[in-house]
Amino acid sequence: MLSKISRTAIAGAAAVFSGALFSLGAHAQSTIKIAYLEGLSGPFANVGEVGLRHLQYAADRVNAKGGVLGQKIEVIPFDTKTSPQEAQLVFKQLVDQGIRYMMQGNGSAVAIALTEALAKHNSREPEKTVLYMNYGAVDPSLTNEKCNFYHFRFDADVDMKMQALTTYMVQQKDIKKVYLINQDYAFGQSVAKAARAMLTKKRADIEIVGDDLHPLGKVKDFAPYIAKIKASGANAVVSGNWGNDIALLIKAAKEAGLTAEFFTYYAGGLGTPPVIGEAGVGHLKQVTVFHSNIGGSRTADEVNGYRKRFPDSKDDFYWTSIMAAVDMLARSMEQTKSTDPTKVALALENMKVDQVTGEAYMRADNHQLVQPIFVSTFSKSNGKDVKFDVERTGFGFRTDARIEAKDTVLPTTCNFKRPKG
Amino acid sequence: MLNSLSYGLLLFMLSSGLTLIFSMMGVLNFAHASFYMLGAYFAYQTSTYLGFWPALIVAPAAVAFLGALTERYGLRTVHKFGHVAELLFTFGLAYIIEEFVHLLWGRAPVEYRIPPILDFSAFSIYTTQYPAYRVFMMLVSVAMLAALYLALTRTRIGLIIQASLTHPDMVEALGHNVPRVFMTVFAGGAALAGLAGVIGGNAFVTEPGMAASVGTIVFVVVVFGGMGSLAGAFVASLIIGAVQTFSVAFDYSLASILTGMGVQLDPESAWYELWKVTIAQAAPVLPYVLMVLMLIVRPKGLMGTREG
Amino acid sequence: MTSFFHIRRLALWAITALVMIALPLLLTQSFAISMLSQMGIAVIFALSYNMLLGQTGMLSFGHAVYFGLGAFFSAHALNMIGAGNLGLPVTFLPLVGGVAGLAFGVVFGYVTTKHSGTPFAMISLGIAEMVAACSLMFPSFFGGEGGISTDRVVGEAVMGITYGQGRQVYYLIAGWCFVCMIAMFALTQTPLGRMANAVRDNAERARFVGYNPTRVRYTMLILSSFFAGIAGGLAVINYELVTAESLGVVASGNVLLMSFIGGVGHFFGPIIGAVLVTYLQSALSNYTLAWLLYFGLFFLVMILFAPGGIASLLAMHKPAWDVGQLRRLVPSYIAAGAASLVILAGLITLIEMIYQVETKKEQSGTVMNLFGLTFDAANAGPWIGSLATMAVGAALLWGASRLVRASWQQVTIAINAKRGA
Repeated sequence: MLSKISRTAIAGAAAVFSGALFSLGAHAQSTIKIAYLEGLSGPFANVGEVGLRHLQYAADRVNAKGGVLGQKIEVIPFDTKTSPQEAQLVFKQLVDQGIRYMMQGNGSAVAIALTEALAKHNSREPEKTVLYMNYGAVDPSLTNEKCNFYHFRFDADVDMKMQALTTYMVQQKDIKKVYLINQDYAFGQSVAKAARAMLTKKRADIEIVGDDLHPLGKVKDFAPYIAKIKASGANAVVSGNWGNDIALLIKAAKEAGLTAEFFTYYAGGLGTPPVIGEAGVGHLKQVTVFHSNIGGSRTADEVNGYRKRFPDSKDDFYWTSIMAAVDMLARSMEQTKSTDPTKVALALENMKVDQVTGEAYMRADNHQLVQPIFVSTFSKSNGKDVKFDVERTGFGFRTDARIEAKDTVLPTTCNFKRPKG
Repeated sequence: MLNSLSYGLLLFMLSSGLTLIFSMMGVLNFAHASFYMLGAYFAYQTSTYLGFWPALIVAPAAVAFLGALTERYGLRTVHKFGHVAELLFTFGLAYIIEEFVHLLWGRAPVEYRIPPILDFSAFSIYTTQYPAYRVFMMLVSVAMLAALYLALTRTRIGLIIQASLTHPDMVEALGHNVPRVFMTVFAGGAALAGLAGVIGGNAFVTEPGMAASVGTIVFVVVVFGGMGSLAGAFVASLIIGAVQTFSVAFDYSLASILTGMGVQLDPESAWYELWKVTIAQAAPVLPYVLMVLMLIVRPKGLMGTREG
Repeated sequence: MTSFFHIRRLALWAITALVMIALPLLLTQSFAISMLSQMGIAVIFALSYNMLLGQTGMLSFGHAVYFGLGAFFSAHALNMIGAGNLGLPVTFLPLVGGVAGLAFGVVFGYVTTKHSGTPFAMISLGIAEMVAACSLMFPSFFGGEGGISTDRVVGEAVMGITYGQGRQVYYLIAGWCFVCMIAMFALTQTPLGRMANAVRDNAERARFVGYNPTRVRYTMLILSSFFAGIAGGLAVINYELVTAESLGVVASGNVLLMSFIGGVGHFFGPIIGAVLVTYLQSALSNYTLAWLLYFGLFFLVMILFAPGGIASLLAMHKPAWDVGQLRRLVPSYIAAGAASLVILAGLITLIEMIYQVETKKEQSGTVMNLFGLTFDAANAGPWIGSLATMAVGAALLWGASRLVRASWQQVTIAINAKRGA
């Protein structure tokens, strides 16, 4: 009796489970699939989800207009767990599934691992090439010595942003002594190096009074670093810190009454403004390719549109690079009447795009999008020049300067082989 | 100086609970820092409804309750399988607590702020201001230290706990309900961690990674100070707080010392990266160096009385 | 009797080898192949870890140090081979990793193995933290956060083997894995292996017999780091990349989990653990975002109910198998298994609904697909349903566990009867 019951139970359970597995395996046919590779579990999952929302938002817009070549764009998320090695495994999976386009942007370590895997794959299996759209990994090497024909970057890299930032800084006559504080790893070190080189070249009277590297994410209390900055007499601080490392740095500065201006890359990064709050107002600046208050009705439409689409998320429209990537991808497919990555890649070169921030174009020699860059200050929102706040904090960024696209172009050492289309 | 003191005292609040648990039960509680995190999150939640001051009581109490449950239904079950199983149990627990925090409060930091009444600068030394909240943190730590001292030396249960620290078998032989003492100690230790979370969470950042970021450093404190020694943990907390704070100020590296002695180093030479690491850069690694050195020289730890 | 055992053991090895050869023929997707390769590496690593924990009683929190350093040295060696500076066939590259692991085992082991028990565990943790911190400070050797990447397709093809394809890499890993398994098993049979067990059980007595426990521990650690290094070298060939995270504390914790879940008390325990954990970590994340939670729960359940790991569960049944009574247990196991499946189905539904509401609501709404059913997590029905399913499952399991106990009683009686006779 009991064994009979259990037999039916097992059969039922097996049916249910296999049904679940099959439903996961089945995908609708004839769509243009974009694999989205990001950490979707673990500590950085929220950052991955923000990008996914943007990609979904961009794809929805293209699909609403009838899609590309009569096909819809389908976004397929993959979890890289923000690990380079996992990312390589995930890459194999998307190749298995026959996906030809992928997007990633969080973490240069993952990005470098992916371009290497991509280069090997594309040369070993040229009939199954994959194209890689990078929306936020900013290591300069990706468009220099490690560049790859099938990799396109839509965000500005560390050096381009530093170029823009220092252009702005040297115009501020009262900046005399600059302190550099960065995380001790590849990105932080390259920020420190670029800042030192560009500042001293552009204005001889600027003195670098300190250059600290601290371990990544290990410092709980920045008070001693702030004491050091204070003692050096610096009136400007340059930092590439992100996450808690920037939030704690700013909080400690506020507590100690340090009045120096902070020039940062990621003050507006997800989750940072709520922690900084009042402590950053007026003297915290960031350099980005976009922020919500650059002005213009199109910007307002994007910000409001995104808020309407995702009303419960606290994040805001941020990744113009994802919009540009999807937009340009769709156009080059229409232009070439093809979904073949090689043809699409060739069409992407030198393509112009009309972004909310202004006109941008894809450099052909290293596949870097050239676009305007903004320096902005963390301020209280006031409904005028700080119309939109970030993450519903009541604080937002106010534009200090706009550096035009042409002024951010840097020489490249990139030298890739271009296949025949 | 004061920075190092306030950081050291916070470390002590964390490590005192851990050292109590560790020396009594032999459990290296990997979830201890998770209790610290829970303390901060509970305080955040309480403070949105009731304000900061009630949170100071409510959050540690809630954490203590969870601690008691953990001991009663988790650790006591695995106890018979040995220390490694206990340790791994807390390891797995830390994992799950983190996932639950992700689910309940999200992955981004929450806006748990210093109460406005304490958000001013208390005094300034030279040009550096000293925030009132840090003074408050120190007061709470010292008050807790005093309370802990009194509880351990003046109450009956305290004396039993103290005895169990050094002679656990003897206490059991004397017929005390050791499991209940264990549960009390575990809950108490968790409450201490929770309290540290309440006052540390808004001074620093309340986010799901905060457990991992203090997790190993409290182990260092406990081991450095000596297993089963509260006084050792206290001294070790202050030393490690001081080491981490002061080393930041030293920009000397091997390269600068060698250059000072007249040796010229080529920036392109193979080991240049090693020479140019400054003490400031290595600051957060120093506690581990200290711990390893201590264990090599004196495995009992600074003031410990027994090994392991 | 002894010879009988040997024949059985030989047969077991032969079957293992056959399975390893046959697997990639059955699973042909490149993702599956790379997962198999990953498993092979994990098996070597977990077995080497168990030389410490299971055989010598040393709980280490820093075993990944030897794995990671072995991997870094192999990666540099592979790059030298690629540049033509080193004449070593790629097939033997893992030896470089092994020697590097061994060398660091000699250095660090000298310090760590002076102590046992908790001090050993803590020193290993301290060293792991130190090495991990250093790895970010010295980018020229460790490659910073991007790590060191290599290309395994170097040199001339030997008999058509270039390691370009995943399958060739798998067979290389499988070969090494098999050799290492045999070597490590053989080690347990040597006097050293026996002495390690004695040191684990009672170091003082081992000393009385005339062995120096410190020396035994030291030797075991050196040997075990040699095998860990080999695993690291294989990882380089598999991923063509090694990053600092491979020598971090998380990686060390992972190998501890694998060994423990598999069972440290048996030689084959870590093999099971490595295969299972690798599978869960790579495959589960494809199906659900909640995989970390499932994994944590699975781990806790294992510790609470099967602290000896899977191996001890299997070993528990050997006496019953020997007297031919195993089939008596089958019906009750089926009942218990079915009841567990019911609980599991309820639990999975519940967790997936929480995740749907918490993290995916905005991308895809609250309507979700699970086990072939479509339902809306915004309604109360599914929540009550899943809780009810769990309750029913729990009641069933309670009944089934009595059944299991009853059948075990019968089996025990039968075993004792056989022994008595």
